[in-house]
Amino acid sequence: MPQHRGRRLAAAAVVALVVAATPAGAAEPAGWLPLPDWKLPDWNLPDWKLPGELSGYIAADTRIFLQDPQFTQQRNQPDAISFLAEPEWYLDWNDGSDAFLFVPFARLNPLESGRSHFDIRELNYLHVGNDWEVRIGFAKVFWGVIESQHLVDIINQDDGLENLDGEDKLGQPMIHATLIRDWGVLEGFVLPGFREREFSRKHGRLRTPLLIDQSHAAYESSMEQGHIDLAARWTQTFGKWDVGLSNFWGTSRDPLLVFDPLTTMLVPQYDIINQTGFELQYTGDALLLKLEAIGRSGQGSYRPAFAVGFEYTFVGIAGTDADLGLLAEFHFDDASVDQPFSPFDRDIFAGFRLTLNDAESTQMLAGAVVDVRTGVTFWNVEASRRLYGSWVLEFEMRLFTFLDPFDPTAPLPQQDPYSSFAQDDYIQLRLAWYF
Amino acid sequence: MKHAIPWWTIPMALAACLLAPATSPAETPQEKGLAIAQEADRRDQGWGDSSAELKMVLSNQHGETSDRELRISSLEVPDPDEGDWSLIVFDRPRDVKGTGLLTYTHITDPDDQWLYLPALKRVKRISSNNKSGPFMGSEFAYEDFSSQEVAKYDYRWLRDEPCGDLKCFVIERVPNYPHSGYTRQIVWIDTDEYRVHKIEFYDRKDDHRKTMLLTDYREYLDQYWRAHDLFMENHQTGKTTRLVWSDYAFRNGLDESAFTTNSLKRVR
Repeated sequence: MPQHRGRRLAAAAVVALVVAATPAGAAEPAGWLPLPDWKLPDWNLPDWKLPGELSGYIAADTRIFLQDPQFTQQRNQPDAISFLAEPEWYLDWNDGSDAFLFVPFARLNPLESGRSHFDIRELNYLHVGNDWEVRIGFAKVFWGVIESQHLVDIINQDDGLENLDGEDKLGQPMIHATLIRDWGVLEGFVLPGFREREFSRKHGRLRTPLLIDQSHAAYESSMEQGHIDLAARWTQTFGKWDVGLSNFWGTSRDPLLVFDPLTTMLVPQYDIINQTGFELQYTGDALLLKLEAIGRSGQGSYRPAFAVGFEYTFVGIAGTDADLGLLAEFHFDDASVDQPFSPFDRDIFAGFRLTLNDAESTQMLAGAVVDVRTGVTFWNVEASRRLYGSWVLEFEMRLFTFLDPFDPTAPLPQQDPYSSFAQDDYIQLRLAWYF
Repeated sequence: MKHAIPWWTIPMALAACLLAPATSPAETPQEKGLAIAQEADRRDQGWGDSSAELKMVLSNQHGETSDRELRISSLEVPDPDEGDWSLIVFDRPRDVKGTGLLTYTHITDPDDQWLYLPALKRVKRISSNNKSGPFMGSEFAYEDFSSQEVAKYDYRWLRDEPCGDLKCFVIERVPNYPHSGYTRQIVWIDTDEYRVHKIEFYDRKDDHRKTMLLTDYREYLDQYWRAHDLFMENHQTGKTTRLVWSDYAFRNGLDESAFTTNSLKRVR
């Protein structure tokens, strides 16, 4: 398949470019790419000045898929360049006791309308008291310590159109109250307005074999998206130990996908769940030990899951300024067939994090998640480097391999939900300008 | 009749009396070095809390530069067995804008450090064994930024010598905290106000790796001297970093609540 080979060549060329651009201690002048050192326009009009501060980024990115698609509807042409932006407008008063934050996000993909979308990541008001604070509006919250999966993190819905790693989130409407005491930090959340998960559309890559009928999502609660979810979390530091305990009650962020024989599509079903989460991290000299565990009820039988791992960092490797961290994590998830699929049922993640500590902040995280039962492996490389001024080049590679380590000739395990990604290995390049 | 005291003890005692004033503080170079460090520390007590802005200009051997801007708040911890607390907020480069670093310094134990990553809204406890690593790609190591507590080093006075218009104590200090990148530092401290004017850094091979010059001293609250221009030169790579402090403010009423993982989450 010449077209196929051509794409692989293009991908290889891109990799070569990035590798050439990122060696340690490379002596290229800082301005080796002819990128302009842009400045934001001066917002000081004669009698009007934009109050507060404006920052954020605009970027262009592209995904290069390494194989032809698996499903006939999937678009089979070189991926277009997408444009994305995430500006941030921040305003505070009363010495920072009151603040307003607005962070919209937009992606525009001229060729693949399925990935174009707009979201309000944040639109909130914050008031800070002496030992308490409250935030009201669309906001984003992160819980957890593990790197290769975010098990405990539940407040915000994944932005499934952006990435697979669960690190891009949709803004969630909330009232978020925080109490800071000697015995720890206690947070309470009231979450009105549920955000449905976005899935890849018919023509897009990285989708399920059957299409998902996003317009007919089913809810356990008769209030559907209007159900008010509640959550609480307590965190505390005990010397070298950081502990977190949380509980979430409300609409599950990950739906069960139910086959509808009439439409032959999958219907997302959002149940009311109760999830208790626990996080623990020990921070030693060079060693981090991490644990996340959840217990979830409300979707079929009780579902326990945990992830445990470590990160060990070698500082100043081989007489350079670079740090090398070795990571390993084990995942266990008892999700049964009547529960949303978890790719982390019995999985081992191993990887490394390389930080050059150079003026360009060059860094790389690479690793693989191996399903110890099927051998299905998810390979992952993320790297970034500042080019010049406020320009940053980001590289991402995600590959799926389906080899049974004990029987490499065994056929691809069709029952594995990842098998629909089998032809979707990709390399993504992003050039972002921060302002 | 026998003398109870041998005759020769008398001239010895006399000689001892005569010599005593010269060496009487019977001070070893170690004791003198420590005394200088303690005096410098004593003069810098009671500032409470401070905040300042910081601009760094990194230059390489080709003369190309890149800029960093950050803000630092510090809280003095009066307990002599504990180090100070600090919160650093990064403003430039723009791609790290909003990143925060919270540090509870300990004297000889590893510091407690939390990093806030604004894109993920994630607070991450990090290990602090990278003390010798470059701070934001500059010629300053993390340990060069860390609060200077007396007990972090062993001292030895070397000599007094003129430094500019002033006279300086020259002392050697040897880090006794773990993971330092230095075998020793030579420090020039003026005898007037006990301000540090120059530090030479010797790396693990005891090579003279870096020199820092501290200038543009200004006095705050009629007592606390702060250098506003710190120039670090790496003699092995030819790279330099100039660090310019501005907008120093003391006793802003900051307390422990401004230095928590929770306040780290809303740094701006």
